[in-house]
Amino acid sequence: MKKRSRRRSMAAGILMGSSLLLVGSGYAVVSAETTPAPEPTSADSVEQIQLGRQLFLEGCSSCHGLEGQGIASDNATGGNGGPTLIGVGEAAVDFQVSTGRMPLAVPEAQAPRKEPLYSQAEIAALAAYVATLGPGPANPTEEQLNLDNANIAEGGEIFRTNCTQCHNFAGSGGALTDGQYAPSLMNATPKQMWQAMVTGPQQMPVFSNETITDEDKKNLIAYVQALKVEPNPGGLDLGRLGPVAEGLFAWTAGLIALIGVAVWIGAKVR
Amino acid sequence: MSTHDNLPATTDESAAIAQATAALPAHRPRRTDVDPKAARRAERQVALMFLGSAVMTILFVVAFVAIPVDQTVYIWGFGTISASNIALGVTFGLAILLIGAGAIHWSKKLMNEKEIVQLRHPLASTEKDRESAVAAFDDFSADSGFAQRPIVRRSLLTAMALFPIPLIVLLRDLGPLPGTIMRETLWKPGSRIVIDPTGRPVRPSDLAMGGLISAMPADLPAVQEETGNLNARAKAAIILVRMEPQEIIAQQGDNWDYGGILAFSKICTHVGCPIALYEQRTHHLLCPCHQSTFDLADAGNVVFGPAARRLPQLPITIDPEGYLVAVDGFAEPVGPSYWERGDS
Amino acid sequence: MSATVKAAGKTVGWVDDRLTTSNFLKRNLAKVFPEHWSFMLGEIALYSFIVVMLSGVYLTLFFKPSMIEIAYNGSYVPLKGVEMSEAYASTLNISFDIRGGLLMRQIHHWAALFFIAAISVHLCRVFFTGAFRKPREMNWVIGVGLLTMALLAGFAGYSLPDDLLSGTGLRIAQGIMLSIPLVGTYLSFFVFGGEFPGTDFISRLYAVHILVVPGLILALLTAHLMMVWYQKHTQFPGPGRTNDNVVGYRLMPIYMAKAGGFFFVVFGIITLISGLVTINPIWLYGPYTPDQVTAGSQPDWYIGWLEGALRMMPNVEWVIFGYTISWNILVPAVIVPGIIFTLMGLYPWIEQFATGDKSEHHLLDRPRNAPVRTSLGAMALSFYILLWVGGGNDLIASFFDLSINAITWFLRIAIFVIPPLVFVATKRICLGLQRRDRDKLLHGLETGNILRLPHGEFIEIHAPISEEEKAVLMSKPTRTPIGMPEEVDENGVALPGARMARLRARLSSFFYEDNIALPTPEELAAAEAHLRHEVEESAPAMDEDRRLIPARDGAVLHDSAQDH
Repeated sequence: MKKRSRRRSMAAGILMGSSLLLVGSGYAVVSAETTPAPEPTSADSVEQIQLGRQLFLEGCSSCHGLEGQGIASDNATGGNGGPTLIGVGEAAVDFQVSTGRMPLAVPEAQAPRKEPLYSQAEIAALAAYVATLGPGPANPTEEQLNLDNANIAEGGEIFRTNCTQCHNFAGSGGALTDGQYAPSLMNATPKQMWQAMVTGPQQMPVFSNETITDEDKKNLIAYVQALKVEPNPGGLDLGRLGPVAEGLFAWTAGLIALIGVAVWIGAKVR
Repeated sequence: MSTHDNLPATTDESAAIAQATAALPAHRPRRTDVDPKAARRAERQVALMFLGSAVMTILFVVAFVAIPVDQTVYIWGFGTISASNIALGVTFGLAILLIGAGAIHWSKKLMNEKEIVQLRHPLASTEKDRESAVAAFDDFSADSGFAQRPIVRRSLLTAMALFPIPLIVLLRDLGPLPGTIMRETLWKPGSRIVIDPTGRPVRPSDLAMGGLISAMPADLPAVQEETGNLNARAKAAIILVRMEPQEIIAQQGDNWDYGGILAFSKICTHVGCPIALYEQRTHHLLCPCHQSTFDLADAGNVVFGPAARRLPQLPITIDPEGYLVAVDGFAEPVGPSYWERGDS
Repeated sequence: MSATVKAAGKTVGWVDDRLTTSNFLKRNLAKVFPEHWSFMLGEIALYSFIVVMLSGVYLTLFFKPSMIEIAYNGSYVPLKGVEMSEAYASTLNISFDIRGGLLMRQIHHWAALFFIAAISVHLCRVFFTGAFRKPREMNWVIGVGLLTMALLAGFAGYSLPDDLLSGTGLRIAQGIMLSIPLVGTYLSFFVFGGEFPGTDFISRLYAVHILVVPGLILALLTAHLMMVWYQKHTQFPGPGRTNDNVVGYRLMPIYMAKAGGFFFVVFGIITLISGLVTINPIWLYGPYTPDQVTAGSQPDWYIGWLEGALRMMPNVEWVIFGYTISWNILVPAVIVPGIIFTLMGLYPWIEQFATGDKSEHHLLDRPRNAPVRTSLGAMALSFYILLWVGGGNDLIASFFDLSINAITWFLRIAIFVIPPLVFVATKRICLGLQRRDRDKLLHGLETGNILRLPHGEFIEIHAPISEEEKAVLMSKPTRTPIGMPEEVDENGVALPGARMARLRARLSSFFYEDNIALPTPEELAAAEAHLRHEVEESAPAMDEDRRLIPARDGAVLHDSAQDH
């Protein structure tokens, strides 16, 4: 079992690399991170959950409580307040921990994306444990993330209707109120995008499978994957931030070059 | 030698020019003025630029013919970009730039440069000229009888004042009169709410807690097809959000939600941007254009930014099939304020 | 060579036989233009405009100004099959299917950004050097008109492709129209052919963008240049340069080569940038529909100040007798811009009124020598820049991890606090520079060499300034405020117009009273004698190399009693 899964992850690595190449032409992206092995034996599962509980007690319980029930921030124990994890589901845990947002380094307006602290297996264990606390959104299956036949154009429509308002037209992210922000999507994996939609991390609203169906999500993710590798025909993309960056460039590089020439013309020659 | 451009120099003027010229800083000879080698080098540099331009022009044509329009190329620092665009831009840009640079270099290094003094003269005409101009006007006035014949003068002025009117009247058919159409949207009692852009109807259970969805009335696509414009869409777009019923502080009407699901116009009441930056924990809705912020849990009231009015709420319920529908249309006009809007 | 001259002569002769051109050519080819890099800022604007026109004509060959909805079937895969207007589809077509089309689009857009940027910098140069003074007030007004037209042209062009950003911009423009009391709704219905967005607007805007506004710009531009030509260019003060002459290079050949060459350089740089840097990637924005929007919805930079004003304004709206007055939109989008442009257009007369100065000015002011004007300009600039910052507050928030709300509140206060502070600071800097100029005239340059004299005194050696610099410094005009007027005549009866005269006197002293006077001829003579003495005294000492330490930071070891 163990050996098999390692080969799987190796294969996944290769697929990940080749998918980046493939995306440009065929937009065939294969998820590299589907952790749960198909139908684990119950012994495995119990073992995993136990490991998860262990990790949870060490790394998460100071904020989320010993039973994942959450802690109010003014709690006498001095722990930082954390919301309840009962019913958030494995997808939420996997998303938060695999993007490095949890565990939180310092309490701030919003948890930033950083290097994940836990390994794949540990994340899976944590997710499995939290899933036992109460029913919640599950991780997407490989089939759900299979973008082979996705329709990018339709994904773009859904993206522009539901996502661009916060994440910007190119998924570069944008500001929200009071110092919060919608992060850039350029580092998010298909799986993480899916998880974010079904769990609604932080201020993000939930886009459930009933409103944005599996098919819609697939198209949408395929569109974002295409955006990531889409060439910039015009040249430097200036961060894909729109006219502000263009104006800044015009005033700095462009106008300085033009005025520089004017100074050259006006300068006396020796 | 150099005098004012259109008058022969008087002695006074010549003296003024001579005086100013004497005061000019002495002309310091350039290297190219004294060293023939430097001059030849400058000459070669200028010629090289002009020739470089010619080469670039030829390369432009080659690039235009040879590079397919959809060819991309990876260039370090730029990423993957259009091969055609960069090749055409760089060759054409250099072709032009080198002509200019050559000409400037030429003028700076090789052309005879000598500062010259010219005189300015007062711009006003002489008193005599002014007087004769005034006299000419008096003549015109007397000859035409403009002053003596008030009836002709006044009738002409009247006609002249009125004649542009048709030009303005002609603009009347630029558009219809507003009437009450700004108050109307496609929403009416029983309008089914469908998801934008897929057109699927929504059951209350479809919307997860903390969920958001952009929606429209079911008949919008047909209306759009029929009218051929997006006017109906610009008014009918809504968002649905779901929160715990106990989180709702206030609504615009009694029980306008359905089990914690609220429907609001998607069009900002400030200047009409679509607004859907929904923060599910604070229930704040932020407009990306001017950052007006509305609290959807509190009847859509404004909590920040330049918008003055709350976001109109749409009362909703479910139909016998269990899909979300509007109880009624919007109770107030959606979108930006306008003069005739008033309180309603 | 002689063959060329011969051929040229022949052509000139042919034309002259018909149009009497030789006289005109003789006068004008030898016309002298003063040279300074800052005189070329207007040229950058002119050349960018020519580039905009050339590339614009090209684009009209392919662009379809139509709002008819079609399903896209071009080569850009991520939008295949998507419903969009023909305008947007044809812009995609220009970008992806026409060779060089993308380059021309980018040239057009970059050139437009530079056009307005260059106008702005040119405007600052003209303002801060006082080049707008009599006899050039009319040309200043034409310049303000050109700026307005350029903004309009830019906004219209931004709105034509019917992408998500341009549509959002139009929606905002329509929202602003609606806010105009009494006529706003009708105005909007006439302009858009009914409700927003309708199907008429793009084609109407197209006519405005490619015919009406460029036509007006061309007409104003012609007048602008003819007046520069006729009135001759202003010049900076310097040796030999007076208010009655113009010193510089002849049109032919130097100026022709430099100005002509500069056109090619500007065109070339714009083209290079367009080949290397993306602008307005409309394919990423997607087609406009009135219910979609993107984070970071921003106008091009030159509309950013208006956007900022809209963002900053608190939400004040009145309903009076059943009618709505949206101050939250009217103030930032209509009233403030109206005031700004009116003040800008009238400024030459405002200054003339305040200073009572009605004489012709062909010699430019050094900004420090007109401290109040310079400070007013700096104050206006800081106001503008704050509005600009407001227009980008969301991007500033995400880049510097700040809160949009905090930035907006900061700006709401700063817009009233910072410009006056800038005024005060600029004026102090100007007066400080004036003082330094005076010191230079009286004591020469500080060399940094400290000398101990035989009797033990330390002095810093001062070197005389160059004749050229002296001419510049001495050119400073003497300006004195108009004194307070007599309010009553000898019989104690109030004089008519006394109030106006009083206002004027106050304004005039506001403009002039702090000016540091130039040294009098006697002071200059004394200073020169002193300097000569110092040099003589130090010469033998210097020979023995008894220099001690170089002074730092302009430290002056001088008898301060002699300084003032």
